[in-house]
Amino acid sequence: MSYLIKGAAVLGGAPTDLILSDGVISEIGSGLSANGAELVDAAGLVALPGLVDLHTHLREPGREDAETVDSGTAAAALGGFTAVHAMANTEPVADTAGVVEQVWRLGREAGHCDVYPVGAVTVGLAGERLAELGAMADSAARVRVFSDDGKCVSDAVLMRRALEYVKAFDGVIAQHAQEPRLTADAQMNEGELSGKLGLAGWPAVAEEAIIARDCLLAAHVGSRLHVCHVSTAGSVEIVRWAKSKGWNVTAEACPHHLLLTDDLAATYDPIYKVNPPLRSSADVEALREGLADGTIDAVATDHAPHPHEDKDCEWAAAAFGMLGLETALSIVQETMVDPGLLDWAGVADRMSYAPARIGRVHDHGRPLEVGQPANVVLYDPSVRRAVDPTVSASLSRNSPYAGMELPGQVVATFLRGRATVLDGKLQ
Amino acid sequence: MKRHLLSAADLTRDDAELVLTTADEMRSLADRPIKKLPALRGRTVVNLFFEDSTRTRISFEAAAKRLSADVINFAAKGSSLSKGESLKDTALTLEAMGADAVVVRHGSSGAPHRLAHSGWVRSSVVNAGDGTHEHPTQALLDAFTMWKHLGESRPGGLEGRRVAIVGDVLHSRVARSNALLLRTLGAEVTLVAPPTLLPVGVESWPVETSYDLDAVIPKADAVMMLRVQRERMQGGFFPTPREYSRRYGLDARRMATLQDHTIVMHPGPMVRGMEITADVADSARSVIVEQVTNGVAVRMAVLYLLLGGSEPAVGGEE
Amino acid sequence: MCAQPAPAEQASSQPSGGGRTVLDDRDIARALTRISHEILERNKGARDLVLLGIPSRGVPLAQRIAERIAAVEGYAVPVGSLDVTMYRDDLRLKPARALLPTEIPPGGVDDKVVVLVDDVLFSGRTIRSALDALQDVGRPAAVRLAVLVDRGHRELPIRADFVGKNLPTSLVERVRLSVAEIDGVDEVTIEGTVTR
Repeated sequence: MSYLIKGAAVLGGAPTDLILSDGVISEIGSGLSANGAELVDAAGLVALPGLVDLHTHLREPGREDAETVDSGTAAAALGGFTAVHAMANTEPVADTAGVVEQVWRLGREAGHCDVYPVGAVTVGLAGERLAELGAMADSAARVRVFSDDGKCVSDAVLMRRALEYVKAFDGVIAQHAQEPRLTADAQMNEGELSGKLGLAGWPAVAEEAIIARDCLLAAHVGSRLHVCHVSTAGSVEIVRWAKSKGWNVTAEACPHHLLLTDDLAATYDPIYKVNPPLRSSADVEALREGLADGTIDAVATDHAPHPHEDKDCEWAAAAFGMLGLETALSIVQETMVDPGLLDWAGVADRMSYAPARIGRVHDHGRPLEVGQPANVVLYDPSVRRAVDPTVSASLSRNSPYAGMELPGQVVATFLRGRATVLDGKLQ
Repeated sequence: MKRHLLSAADLTRDDAELVLTTADEMRSLADRPIKKLPALRGRTVVNLFFEDSTRTRISFEAAAKRLSADVINFAAKGSSLSKGESLKDTALTLEAMGADAVVVRHGSSGAPHRLAHSGWVRSSVVNAGDGTHEHPTQALLDAFTMWKHLGESRPGGLEGRRVAIVGDVLHSRVARSNALLLRTLGAEVTLVAPPTLLPVGVESWPVETSYDLDAVIPKADAVMMLRVQRERMQGGFFPTPREYSRRYGLDARRMATLQDHTIVMHPGPMVRGMEITADVADSARSVIVEQVTNGVAVRMAVLYLLLGGSEPAVGGEE
Repeated sequence: MCAQPAPAEQASSQPSGGGRTVLDDRDIARALTRISHEILERNKGARDLVLLGIPSRGVPLAQRIAERIAAVEGYAVPVGSLDVTMYRDDLRLKPARALLPTEIPPGGVDDKVVVLVDDVLFSGRTIRSALDALQDVGRPAAVRLAVLVDRGHRELPIRADFVGKNLPTSLVERVRLSVAEIDGVDEVTIEGTVTR
């Protein structure tokens, strides 16, 4: 099946036609025609390279009540993603070649997008000894990103060894920066509000101190470092400083940290409970600036599905995490593109080129040019609609945006020239 | 419209004064042969206590019964293992029983808030203490006690009065509620604690703070001592109980520096020897036992004002 | 025996709340004096009497009756107040109301002759509530009712023993007592009369 996409604004530019056939972009121009190709009217739509998520939780194996590889990747495709990195905190933990290969295969079978499993840094995420990182790198899943996400690799020596070890196969450690003792039983951002609400605080310094340490370690041993879900202004400054020294540090930020602030916790509704927590408006502003100037290289969703009962309770008993795959692009439009902080070319970089580069993913995050793999998203920035989590493809419903009006909608997603989403519907 | 009492901040000055004057009337009930008023006849009040607290629960039970309400006591074990299923499922059961008001004490801050706003129950929710967040009826009975001694039992009686609240403010829901309520009634509050036991952001509270107990108490009209658990030492909040009581404990020597009319209060239970010595607790200045008595009258006032009419006369919006 | 309304030229001041004055301060004083004597006559003296005013305005009336009795008999009759808010039968129909003071004199009410004192007797529900309230305070030997104005339209089988003035009214009219202790002036006014 080939597709003739007519009149799409490639990276927001002038309307252009594209022909996708045999898995690649075979032609780009205007007034194109193609026999036997299905016509996709893209007037008014923006064409972007297929989005790549560096940070997603697919929950399978182990928590299929919350999400499966099939449902999670379906949600990803609806969000415009053609590749996702699935975090390792499953049950069992993805700390062996066997588990990562299982997740990789489930992704291929589902067929909604490519799944790149993330390998755990330490066995069982226990933070005591390294997992078989080499075996995971050599497996069919070809793991390049390693993370204990959910937990921090807090032991300095262990983090050093991990940073050194992955150099052998061009891997990267993606750190969930959270000093564990400073954040014991923490519930929300530590600040004025946490004191008033009687919820234990998660201070910014617990994130920043780890990031600073890891940047220095990475520089010392000559390694790459990736920082997951940067959430504070101080963290942005530290990353900026590390980059100014020429150190190989990359960072990601989540859509919810670009939009939501900690005052939502005053409702005590755990739909707003997430790790790292929602922060202040000053932090949100610093993140947006950091994403605009490239200090933050990528947007990653940290899509964290949870079943109903894990959120329908009092705050302290609730799980941390929010859905994110289906709303990511809309939030980036709302917080970055519409206010003029980032153009569509910038979106292509932060949501496709950069994450693919960091993850060492070779056939995604390619420019929209002839000969490149046909991983394309068509997006309509002109609509506005209220978010309705009940129509999500995810098995879970923990979206903090329910009822909120957000711009834009993914109209079509193509994975190697095959439509995974057409007319806004899963194929 | 259902209204709730979740936080001391839910009460305006008029609301708070109304509770005090109503409690004053309720208190005289104790002198009558028949200690019962029919105001809540036919109403059902449920005591939903996830944390052990015999004293508060009995106080609420007595208050509801004196108003002729039907009382159902529910002592649930809210362990973290069973998560919030305990809270929600219990709430749905109560709703099926037709509770008019749920008095809830829970170990998690915000649990009464969730109960009130989740749609699980339609009843009025009274917060009897949630985690380290608030304990509004405790603040009301504390204010009532101060009002009777220092405020001449008249409206505006606490205006300008100075209250020192001493101890583990960080973990104290009593401190939070008192700071808010006393300010609403026009009193001036000073929190005294070591820096480790004052929350981040306390500068934004409507209070003064001090690390120096000896400087603050001679000027206070009321000194309220908070319980300090010895286990807080484990978290490194202070080095030893001995150092804590030396610097922040109220003993006979410090008591002698108080003004003649100054009263000593404690929400209980006390850790004798830690934040307060036995001779202070048992002295004539101490109104600690009276606080407990006043608790019933104050809780009667709260229940009456929330449930006695077609709609509440005080309380927070839905 | 009703007191006659004052001659027209004496209703010189406009009543404070609008409407027309039916009793001025001197009418009220005469009525209270007569009531005080009637109470003593019926009770054959002041022994075992307890006066309980129903807040708000029943209370100063009870005080004044006690003063008159003291002047005549040289005996201080115990005076107090009995708030009926909690016992109202329409409690659930309006938002919860503030309570008014209840002060039972130290001797209590057991075996006493309690005279309830109120300003206006209308449907009778307030007095019925007062009887319920009194029942929870003790067991009087007898309960009597003294009111300054009886305006008719009883909804319950309640009647006053001592009446200052019988005032036929229509249901749309409002009868109001003002007392010096609370309102700064003594008068009874009727408002809302439909003029033809």
